Amino acid sequence: MGKTFAEKALARAAGLSEVSPGEIVDAYPDLYMSHMASWRCIRTMEKLGTDKLYDVDRIAMVMDHISPAQTAKTADDQRMCREFAQKKGIKKFYDVNAGIAHIVLSEAGHIRPGMVIIGTDSHTTIYGSLGALGTGVGFSELTAAWATGKLWMKVPLSVKVVIEGPLARGVSSKDVMLKLIGDLTADGATYCSVEFHGSYTEGLSISDRMTLCNLAMELGAKNGFVRPDEVTRSYLTGRGVKPGDYSEIHPDADAAYAKTVTIDGRRLTPQIACPHAVDNVKPIEQVAGTKVNQVFIGSCANAKWEDLVEAAAILKGHKIASGVRLLVSPASKEIVERTVRDGTYSIFLEAGALITNPGCSACAGDGGVMADGEVTLSTANRNFQGRMGSYQAEIYLGSPAVAAATAIRGVITDPREFMERK
Amino acid sequence: MQARGRCWKFGDNIPTDMIVRTDMIFKPWPEILKHVLETCNPEFPANVKPGDIVVTGKHFGQSSGRAIAAKAMKQTKIGCIVAEGFARTFYRNGFEIGLPILECPGITEHVSDGDVLSVDVESGKIVNETTGYELQAKPTPPFLLDMLKAGGLIPMAERLAGERS
Repeated sequence: MGKTFAEKALARAAGLSEVSPGEIVDAYPDLYMSHMASWRCIRTMEKLGTDKLYDVDRIAMVMDHISPAQTAKTADDQRMCREFAQKKGIKKFYDVNAGIAHIVLSEAGHIRPGMVIIGTDSHTTIYGSLGALGTGVGFSELTAAWATGKLWMKVPLSVKVVIEGPLARGVSSKDVMLKLIGDLTADGATYCSVEFHGSYTEGLSISDRMTLCNLAMELGAKNGFVRPDEVTRSYLTGRGVKPGDYSEIHPDADAAYAKTVTIDGRRLTPQIACPHAVDNVKPIEQVAGTKVNQVFIGSCANAKWEDLVEAAAILKGHKIASGVRLLVSPASKEIVERTVRDGTYSIFLEAGALITNPGCSACAGDGGVMADGEVTLSTANRNFQGRMGSYQAEIYLGSPAVAAATAIRGVITDPREFMERK
Repeated sequence: MQARGRCWKFGDNIPTDMIVRTDMIFKPWPEILKHVLETCNPEFPANVKPGDIVVTGKHFGQSSGRAIAAKAMKQTKIGCIVAEGFARTFYRNGFEIGLPILECPGITEHVSDGDVLSVDVESGKIVNETTGYELQAKPTPPFLLDMLKAGGLIPMAERLAGERS
């Protein structure tokens, strides 16, 4: 019987020849990512009474979630991280100007096929976009890995999601995932490794793979995965990572999956996750016309360069609706630079958007919150009650194209209306 | 590790955002504890007693992996949480901070809010004293039970470090 991606990746990280679902192993992750919670890890180290790090080069720290600091307390926490990184010689330290950890670390070439990566963030599943096994853990667990290098991991069952493409115009990877989450529900893949297969994934951009693997978390998944291919290799080469610097892991053709789900992307239409759950998904026709007060284009799910370009293509030549706020938070500094160079940045400004510094922004409640009774259409990955300010506010989730069309009309709008006119 | 107390019963898919509201994360504990799970049941933060047992549906603690959600549950001094199932980050966080948790498929069919339950965390035996019905939770791996007994991952690491020196 063949092995799935997760079975092979965890066997490698645990130094075992093979492992099976349900088995608990001591894995040695290749990278430990921590964000704003890094100061908690540093404090926990102090409590442990140890100063010794297992491997300083496996530590990556990115000051996202709250950037820049809003209170003296946060400024102090961030200073603690900065000083710790300097004292310990942590080279993979990225300060408040860098952007969202997941995107920043991918752009920097730190995420490579075959790696096992733990992070103090549930959306660490995103690293499957580059053929790595990424999974979220708590900050004490991350601290334990700093000190000992290892962590207990249960070998997950795997779910195979087969997506057939190409997608129709106006439909994106976000719509695929919302449809999948709506169909399988929020616990449809709890504790499972979700592998994305099918014609849609072949040659797919890294940006779209990130959206797939990021949102796998909203199925309850342990990790997401898209098979590395030429697109992956060329992305990495562009980031200074040579094929000899990593070792790809591919699932066997006869690997055993707990279930296989097929999505026909060719027939898919834009999808919306309605308040207050990510699996409360409806086709856009059923919610089109819902009035919004704010549109947020941001988060590790959908604020990459490709997402911003997709939104800008619709916004170009339009103004946003009167009384609506359009908040755009690019995922990284590199993405800001690229949008400034290619004119995307100006399209947002001319349309009337408020562009923030790169970072988690409104998705983490870091600015851009709502008052009682307000409604936001967001490109982020979560819409739980109270996530963006008031408990009496509502969040709808959609693709960057839906966000742009919605900002123009002030009501939830099918982006294909703008595409057909052009 | 025994727990005995009033059953507080909750539904499926409760996100960490509803265990501890996002705007409460940086507040002091007494303030946070006034609001734990209040959107699901406003009586809970006001009336939960030490030793009480929280019973939930499937996928408890989904959404953000923030450990403060598990910590807040521990701070209420409940005896344990018995769920149809947990989100994986909440499950890890529970053991990491030393909060007794058990997975018991079928539990929600056999207990009602307000019943008196007794739970043996190590063996997984659950007795509904109000009805006399008995259930068996899924076994917990021995090393996770050790972690619970030590009070969590960090106290266990401290103890191991002490034994070495």
